[in-house]
Order: sequence, then structure tokens, then C-alpha cells
Amino acid sequence: MSDGIGILLPGPADFGAWRQQARRLLAAEVPPEHVEWRVAGELPGLFGGGAPPPATAAPATASVPRAFLELAEIAIRHRGRERFALLYRLLWRLTHGENGLMQMATDPDVLRLHAMAKAVRRDAHKLHAFLRFRCVETDDGPRYVAWFEPEHHILEAETGFFLRRFAGLRWSILTPEASAHWDGESLRMGAGGTRAEAPPEDAHEELWRAYYRSIFNPARLKPAAMRAEMPVKYWKNLPEAREIPRLMAEAPRRVAEMVERGATPPAPRRQSSLHVPAQPIAASDVAEGMPADLFSQTEDRPAALAALKAELARRNDLPPWTGAATQMVFGEGPPGAPLLFVGEQPGDEEDIAGRPFVGPAGRLFDRAAVEAGIDRPATYVTNAVKHFKFKPTGRRRLHQSPDAGDIAYYRPFLKREIEIVAPQLVVSLGATALRALTGKPLAITKVRGELIETPDGLRVFPTVHPSYLLRLPDPESKEREYARFVADLKAAKREVS
Amino acid sequence: MELRRKLEILADAAKYDASCASSGTEKRDSRKGGIGSTEGMGICHAYAPDGRCISLLKVLLTNACVFDCAYCINRASSNVPRARFTVQELVDLTLHFYRRNYIEGLFLSSGIIRSPDYTMEQIVEVARQLREEHGFQGYIHLKTIPDAAPELLATAGRYADRLSINVELPQEQSLKALAPEKDAPGIRRAMARMRERIDAAKEAKREERRAAAPRFAPAGQSTQMIIGADAADDRAVLGTTANLYASYGLRRVYYSAYSPIPDASSLLPPQAPPLVREHRLYQADWLLRFYGFELEEILAGGEGGMLDPGIDPKLAWALKHRERFPVDVNRAPREMLLRVPGLGAKTVDRLLSARRHRSIRSDDLARLRLPLAKLLPFLVTADHRPRGGLLDRSDLRRIIAPQTGFAALAKPQQLALL
Repeated sequence: MSDGIGILLPGPADFGAWRQQARRLLAAEVPPEHVEWRVAGELPGLFGGGAPPPATAAPATASVPRAFLELAEIAIRHRGRERFALLYRLLWRLTHGENGLMQMATDPDVLRLHAMAKAVRRDAHKLHAFLRFRCVETDDGPRYVAWFEPEHHILEAETGFFLRRFAGLRWSILTPEASAHWDGESLRMGAGGTRAEAPPEDAHEELWRAYYRSIFNPARLKPAAMRAEMPVKYWKNLPEAREIPRLMAEAPRRVAEMVERGATPPAPRRQSSLHVPAQPIAASDVAEGMPADLFSQTEDRPAALAALKAELARRNDLPPWTGAATQMVFGEGPPGAPLLFVGEQPGDEEDIAGRPFVGPAGRLFDRAAVEAGIDRPATYVTNAVKHFKFKPTGRRRLHQSPDAGDIAYYRPFLKREIEIVAPQLVVSLGATALRALTGKPLAITKVRGELIETPDGLRVFPTVHPSYLLRLPDPESKEREYARFVADLKAAKREVS
Repeated sequence: MELRRKLEILADAAKYDASCASSGTEKRDSRKGGIGSTEGMGICHAYAPDGRCISLLKVLLTNACVFDCAYCINRASSNVPRARFTVQELVDLTLHFYRRNYIEGLFLSSGIIRSPDYTMEQIVEVARQLREEHGFQGYIHLKTIPDAAPELLATAGRYADRLSINVELPQEQSLKALAPEKDAPGIRRAMARMRERIDAAKEAKREERRAAAPRFAPAGQSTQMIIGADAADDRAVLGTTANLYASYGLRRVYYSAYSPIPDASSLLPPQAPPLVREHRLYQADWLLRFYGFELEEILAGGEGGMLDPGIDPKLAWALKHRERFPVDVNRAPREMLLRVPGLGAKTVDRLLSARRHRSIRSDDLARLRLPLAKLLPFLVTADHRPRGGLLDRSDLRRIIAPQTGFAALAKPQQLALL
């Protein structure tokens, strides 16, 4: 193998130098099997050092996937001697007809590259996690010194992490291969060291061990899970690890003692409850179950509304699905408002805020109302159903239409709410509201814009629910239907002026 | 009381909170002053022999509490020794531990003393001093108290990365029975208020209207449910979970197997924590969030509202839906590959990318170090098709899920202490 070329790199993880050499080899079309890579200080291998690289060739400028460069820069810190050759072989294949190679997740070279990068990242992560500083007092103030034994050539690349985290401290990290020193202003890389050069103890380690012992739950002993994440090889440099054998040995006895000791009966209350629990009332038909004074004539309409709201809030016969909602959403607006709008039910945002008409449909309603010349703060808005009915799907809640039973449940509350507000006209938005007000399932398309008088003597003006406008797919019909909605609101307003 | 003794009492009192996450917050560092950094990924600085990550200094401000929640070590009627940190002690301890690289930050909770507002003020004051007086850039997780004033919540969100309120139990009636002073609707309302603020802060950041909404808990909110302290089945637990994720945008729901505590209440029988059940619930939680499974589908893998303790819920589902298999690894859509037992979301994406270039064979799967014994009965590759009738065999479960690890632990472990 006399045609082998030997490349000598200045450092074990010098990506810049590898890259420069690789580009020159590529320019000279040197195939990967003819190159031997070596780091200064290592013994030559198969080619006995090999021939020097072709000096005349200008470095090639090949374009390679970014994913390759990103992984290569990390994998080069791996301690495996074959890393330089693997990287050059991948580079060669990428530039010789296999430009989609990086997507071949099952190619052995690609797998090896991923595995090397993963091992380096894991090593770096363990460095961030398991390095322990010990504080020493010096003439210039405290200095934090750590001893760590990484598996790969990662120290220099990872100094940035400690610099960002501990920029205000003065620290040194010693490893067998290299050391890093930060004096608060500049970073200096130095030669490797020994454990004996790091301080032997730190006054806070006893507190840290006390914390480690106390946070451990002996009833959940899972040593395999601990060793998988914190392999035994790291234990010798972790001050808390010396507690592990004793904690494990004592755990079964501690649990047995807890169980044997038995239980304490709940003591008579030492403190009074902070909450005033809701007064339970007997479940019964809603209208009958409401206290009679809710229905008495009153001049104090805000108080009557508040009483009605409180009554609904303490019901214990609500439809079961309401348990999933955050809160009841009651109507809002001034009693005596000339116009009262009834929607279907609170949506996601209304449920969160506890206020009606604040979600997307509510905002559209506000816009249309203003456009129709309606004094929005002077109107009263409420819903036929006063809890949000939904089905959870991932991170969203899918609106579920209330059924006839739900509408019937809330109907007496809606009726009473309208009685108290005593508007000149009730505008029903959508089918649910109309059903709640008339007691009948009516098609909006047939009665829209026609004044209806209910058996209770209410004047109801039906139109669509603004959420219908939001669901329309194309902008044209959206615009057309929005204009129609505004026209409806104007018509409703004319009825009260 | 000596500081070390306080630390022992108040860490012991905090360990039943499962969360120790330090991930998912904004990037910060101390190059412009102060101390500390967060870089998105959480770091576990140590592991205890219970297999749990130690990322944060997780302590209570005090374990004195006026509440009497039966499942809680700190309940008013418990005879555990009580202690209380001063704000200064906690700030110093956090900084001393942080400088030595023991921790990512602080997770501070507290028993309720005097009043919810007073307790919350103390918690917030620790965070304020760390942030404002020491320029602490590390991670802060604060437990919020549902009944505390909204202004205190706003301040807590300004200093904290994550906020959490524990729903404690999967069902409202259990909470009434075991934690008489806690109020489930109040907890939901508090979560809703947090979601409102978290959403507003995110929105403002997206639109660069930084002045519009102040910073609020960039790592979001989480919660915890105790498993096995009440009679709730897995359907009730996961139903509550699905609801919480959908309603309040929670980052995580933690499950904490109820475990014996020193001086337990007689309302709860002493028994080994249901660790296997806890593990299966976490797996089911993942299927809900990342694998496109519906709640009812997951439950269909088990019996009577409980997950199958012996095998993971995805395998359980597949064994009961064999008509959906085998799936062709070279043709099936992502959603279906995600349902193959033994294929994780990352692997599926790698396979999708690789199959665009050439067809995938069984040795490709072996090179990816996938569990072939579990996988191959459900999968067709370029050179493999499950043996005829394998999918119909009644002992398929035994063939692919030998009684090892968790499967073997499932029952004996729960009975050990009874």
C-alpha cells in the first residue's frame, strides 16, 4: 500500500483542520481507502505514516447537506479513531453520486455517524449534569474548581455552556486531557490535570447530601432506572453518590416501618375551613326548586340577577357534562337594556374568561353590532345554555351542540333572566337560542328576520349565530352573509327605537 | 433549628410532587450579569435510587399547613416534625447549590399558613429576590395557590418559568372526601386564569408587542394527580387528563402513585405504590398527545375501564385490533405507522425519510435497533411478511410480550406489602 496518503491533524477534535484537509483530498480525487488519518502524538498505522498530501491541489468547494456538516462537527469529538475516516468516506459518497445519502437513515455509515454524534452529545450532557464545582478561597476571592472525566474530546466545545451559565464566577474545569480556566473575563485552555489538583471537599456538600437523602422516596426503589441515567462510572466524582448504597439498603426497612406504624385517624379539625362550602339544595325540577323569592317582584334588578346567578351556581342537579367545564358563564349587560341577545352556549374563550361573547364569534358580533349602530355596552348578552359543552381532542376542545335536554334544563333560568332584564326585544342568535325561547325546534332559514311572539308574550327576533359566519368557507359568501347579519341587527334595532 | 435539619424536613415534605422538569423555557444566560442560564433542554443533575431525576432544589417553604388532605404527609393532623425556611435561607441555599452545579434552579411549594395570600406572598418573595437582587437566570417553578389574589398570580408568573396547581385527585368527589378544604372548581378556575395569562404573554411575544403583556411563565403550567388514593379507574384518570390538556394547554400532567408516608391517615390503607399503573398511565398519556389515539381507543386495549397492566397500551390496542395489521412499512401513512407496537414517533419519521429513497427491509429495522420480536408480527417489509396465521394466534401476546420487567412486576409488586 505504497500509495496511501497520511494526514496529520493538530488536535483530536479539530474540525476546521479536518475540513481543510478533506477539501484538498477531494480536489485531488483521493478515494477514502487511500487515506490514513492521525492526530499529532498518535502512532502511525497501516500506511506507516503514508505519503504527504498532494500539495498543489487547491481545496475543493463541494456543497454538501447542512445535516452532514452539523453532525460531523459533533461526531469529530468522538474518541473512536475511525471518526476522521468515516467522515471523509461519507463526504466522498455525498460528492460521488449519493447526494441523498443523509436521508438513508439505515445506511451503516450514516447510522455510525448518528451513533457517534449521539454518544458525544450524551457525554456533553453528562458533563453539564454531573460536573460538581468545589469552592476554594483565593486571594482574589472564591474560585470554583471541578474535576471531570469525559469519555470523548468534548471539553473545549462545551466551555461555552459553563461560560454562559457562570459568567460572573471564576472557575476551572480539569480533565485528564485538557483544562479550561475562566477568570471572569477570558477563557484559557490548558493542559490536562489530575484529580489531586482539584479541591477534596466543599463545605456545602454535606447539605447537598442531606437534600439527596431526603428527596429520595424509599417506597419507590428503582435502582436500575437510576443506573441507566446515572451510570456507575460517574459516581466516583459525585459527592452525593456515596449515599446510594445505604439509601438502597435501608429502603425496605423504612417502608416496612411506615406500614407497621399504622395509620393515624384524622384528628378533630385544628383549623377552620378556609372555604365556605356551597349549601346543597335538594335536586328537583328547576323551576320548582328555585327559591320563591327569586321570582318575587323586585325593584333591585342587579340584585335579582345576582341571586339568579348564585342559584344556578349552586345547583347540584346540573347535566353531568358540566363537570368538565371551568365555570358557569352568566349573562352580562345592564338590566333594562332595550335589546337582549341570546346565543347558544359559551365557547372555549368564554369558559376560560367566565364572560359571555368574548370569543371569536363574540368579537364578530361586537363588530357587526357597532356597524349596525347598536350601542353595544347598553345591550345585554347571554346564552341559552350556560356551561361549555365540548369533547377534548388533543390540545383543543371541540364544541358539542347542546341537546334538547340541556336546553330544557337551562330554560327556566333564561326565562327568568329575561324577565329581570325586561328588554323591549329579544334577538335570538342561531337555532339553540330560538328553541330555548320558543320551546320548539324551528328552522332559522324559514323564520329569520320575522318578529315572533312566544306563548309567554316575549317579542323575539330570530337571526343566525355569528359562528355560522365564521364557518363559511369562501370570502365571498362570508362577506355577503356578514352584510345580511348586519342588516338583521339594524332591523332589530329599528324595532326598539 | 439547624439549616440542615430544616432542609431534610422540607425536602422530605416535597418529594411527593413528581415534577422536576427544567425544560421548555426561554433561553437566558448570565453574560450580561447575574448568574445562571436556561437553554431549552432540561438537565437532570442527579438521580436518586427511586429512579427519579433531581433537577431542581425541590422544597417547601414550610410544611405547616392548615389543610387536612388525607393523602398528604403535611396535612394538619399529621404528626411529622414541622419546619419553616426564611426567605433569606432559601435564596442563599438555591444560589449555593446552583454555583456548584448541583441544580438547574428552584421548585418551591408550601403548606398553607395563615392565609393563601400570605403564603403566596412568601413564595413570590423568594422568586423576586432571586431574580431581582441576584440576577438569577436559572429555572424557577412555583406552586401556585388557587385561592391567592390574582395580582399575586401575575407577579408569580413574572418571575417563574413554570407555574403549577395540582388537581390532586382524578375525581371531584374524591377531592371532597379526602381534601375537604380543596375546591375542584376553584382549581379549574385558577388554571383557566393561568392559561389566559400564558396565552396573552405568548401572543404578545409573537407579535413583538412586548409592552402589551408582561412575561408570564414561559414554560407554561403543569399539574399532578395522585393515583391509587381513591377508587377512580384509569378511564376517570385519563378522562380528566384529556380534559386538562384540551382546556388549559398544560405542558404536562404528572401521575404520582400514592405511596406510604410517615404517619399516614387511616382513611387510606398502607400499600406499595402502584408503580406499574403509574407507568401505564404515562404511556397512555403519550399516546393521547403524540400518537393520535383517542381516549376510548386506549381504554379498549384493557378491560372494564382499566389499562392492561401487563403490556404497554399500544400493544394492548394492537392485539385487540389485529384486523388493522399487518401494516406495510413501505406504504402505510404516518398515522398508521405510529400505531405499530414498537415504533416510536422519531423512528417513524426516520423510516418515512428513508423509504423515499429505497424500500425498507427487515435488516434495516435491525440496524435501527428496533424490538423486532414485538414489531415483525405487525409489519410487512420488502422481504418480510408475518407468517400466515400468526396474527390470529390466541397466544400471540405470550409470544411477543414475555413476562419480564414491568410485565413480571405487575402483580407481585402491588401485593408485597399487603
